[in-house]
Amino acid sequence: MPTWAAQKISRRHETLIRWVLFVCAALSVLTTAAIIFVLLSNAVYAPGAKTAFFERVSLWQFLTTARWKPTDGPGGHFGIWPLLVGTLQVAVIASLVSVPAGLGAAIYMSEYAHPREREFLKPVLEILAGIPSVVYGFFALKFITPWVLKPVFGVLGLEISIFNSLSAGIVVGIMVTPLIASLSEDVIRAVPRSLREAAFALGSTRFDVSARVVVPAALSGILASFLLAFSRAVGETMAVAIAAGGNPLLTLNPLRGAQTMTGFMVHASTGDSAADSISRMSMYAVGITLFVMTLSINLLSGWIMRRYREVYQ
Amino acid sequence: MSATVGELAGSVVPVSFTLGADGQIRQRLRLSRGFMWLCRLATYASLLVLAVLLLSIVWNSVGRLRWDFLSSHYSMQPDRCGILAGLWGTFWLVLLTAAFSIPVGVGSAVYLEELAKDTWLMRVIRLNLSNLAGVPSIVYGILGLTAFRPLVIQLQSVFDGRHVVNVLGLFRLRLLKLDIYDGSVLIGAMTMSLVILPTVIIASQEALRAVPSTIRVASLALGATRWQTIWRQVLPASLPGIATGVILSISRAMGEAAPLMMIGVLTVASMCPGGIESPGQLLTEPGRVLAVPFDQFTAMPVEIYDWSKQPDPQDRFTGVAASGILVLLAVLLTVNAAAMIVRYRAGRQLRW
Repeated sequence: MPTWAAQKISRRHETLIRWVLFVCAALSVLTTAAIIFVLLSNAVYAPGAKTAFFERVSLWQFLTTARWKPTDGPGGHFGIWPLLVGTLQVAVIASLVSVPAGLGAAIYMSEYAHPREREFLKPVLEILAGIPSVVYGFFALKFITPWVLKPVFGVLGLEISIFNSLSAGIVVGIMVTPLIASLSEDVIRAVPRSLREAAFALGSTRFDVSARVVVPAALSGILASFLLAFSRAVGETMAVAIAAGGNPLLTLNPLRGAQTMTGFMVHASTGDSAADSISRMSMYAVGITLFVMTLSINLLSGWIMRRYREVYQ
Repeated sequence: MSATVGELAGSVVPVSFTLGADGQIRQRLRLSRGFMWLCRLATYASLLVLAVLLLSIVWNSVGRLRWDFLSSHYSMQPDRCGILAGLWGTFWLVLLTAAFSIPVGVGSAVYLEELAKDTWLMRVIRLNLSNLAGVPSIVYGILGLTAFRPLVIQLQSVFDGRHVVNVLGLFRLRLLKLDIYDGSVLIGAMTMSLVILPTVIIASQEALRAVPSTIRVASLALGATRWQTIWRQVLPASLPGIATGVILSISRAMGEAAPLMMIGVLTVASMCPGGIESPGQLLTEPGRVLAVPFDQFTAMPVEIYDWSKQPDPQDRFTGVAASGILVLLAVLLTVNAAAMIVRYRAGRQLRW
């Protein structure tokens, strides 16, 4: 039987532990705040002696010109479009690969596969998701480009560069396919069985049930998974930095090299330029663009998930 | 007849039904069949891709992957180049990352699941957590580069061997000289902890949620305090789940290169942190471990990136990169197998 004093001590302990744990939980908010502060204070407005990127280069130039050459001349050229187009190009190619593959896999695993087949397929997709990004970069540069794309486009009479955004997009697509597959499968499985049974009873084939009943019922979750995959593809770094190369060209031709926003950031951080040089500071401007883009896609994805969810009892 | 037409709604269609000249039904059934094969193709394509990926890496590594690859340093000669520095760098990085992220991650999960009331602040923390998990890892790299590196410069100026601290006016303590580098293991681990923290927290939350509330209620009814309930009942019960999630997050940290590139770790290294090059040295010279957190380092994925990008007309570094990838994948496989064993054994033992 604890004495009154012991209880008091233990109560004080509890409060202390509670506070320590609260600090742990609050750390995640602090991280977000720190990210935003670091990006803003280097890109938009710098307190103290430093000058931020947009205090030297106008936002107008950043958003409306189409040349990205940070080390060109004394001032450099800072038009975000080549990087933005490169990023979106890779992400769109990745979506073209991952949306059909991921959705197909999700439908197959939830509607067709035998439970034992599913037990075997799920770990395969998990392995695919667990392979590091650099490995995919290597795969794109040393296998997909020389052994798949070069022969195919050679037959068509087109020339493909060693570094190209097509191979980068393909591997990023492979990387995010498991994400779409597992998220979509979860929402598809959550569609109640009674809906399927009702459709079968009305004479539907399995295709009718999948395409006209189950997928529409789970559509909000499926769209949310597409958006999450897109944002992952936008933020993907190492595979793209290896496979797409480092030349910020403004081109829509996926057979040529491109530089993405993430690729530029890796490139800028490994360069030897001084810590407060303008080319180095441009990293923060690109970083804030990337952060805002991925965050808004993620928020949109969450909103679609909540807003358009069909609720069954 | 019915066998060629196939099945309707998963069961055999009555013969009389398909014998009729109803082409529409046949067409619908054919469409259904075709759709299934498309979906099956999409699923098995991923298996094929995985196989091709592994084969192409193994094929590229043939000729370079020998035992001495594990024990040699970087070299301009592809035949002599090895992954020793990256192996030790990744080891120390992951060790420190785990030391930072596990207590903080599990602690926040416990707070959010067991202690927090549903206030607006908690809702902000929860919403923030799911968004933080979607932030690209390279952004954390910028944070590490900008926020943690000045910290090291501060430390450098304090531990330069000339600083003397007056302890309570009783005696004076001369701070020893430490070689602190930027791009050190410490900064790498701090950055990497932030990268994996959201996934650690979310996985731990799920594990805690899986513990039935009857256990908590019973413990509280027997007179245990909140913390006693958490520490003696809830945490032990959810430990396998937490361990699985933590191991998976750690294995993600092993493969991440982008944040490390940002904070400026070495890409070409012929030294191991603290100068420890073999496990034996841990026993013979344990003092060197103290220098590890402040030392420069490189990690396996960073080395692989560098080798893949080597501008070499004869492609001689391709084999080196492929060998590095195989070593990295082998390490990841070991770690993930550990997670699987934990999950499997826990699944057998715990029954509610």
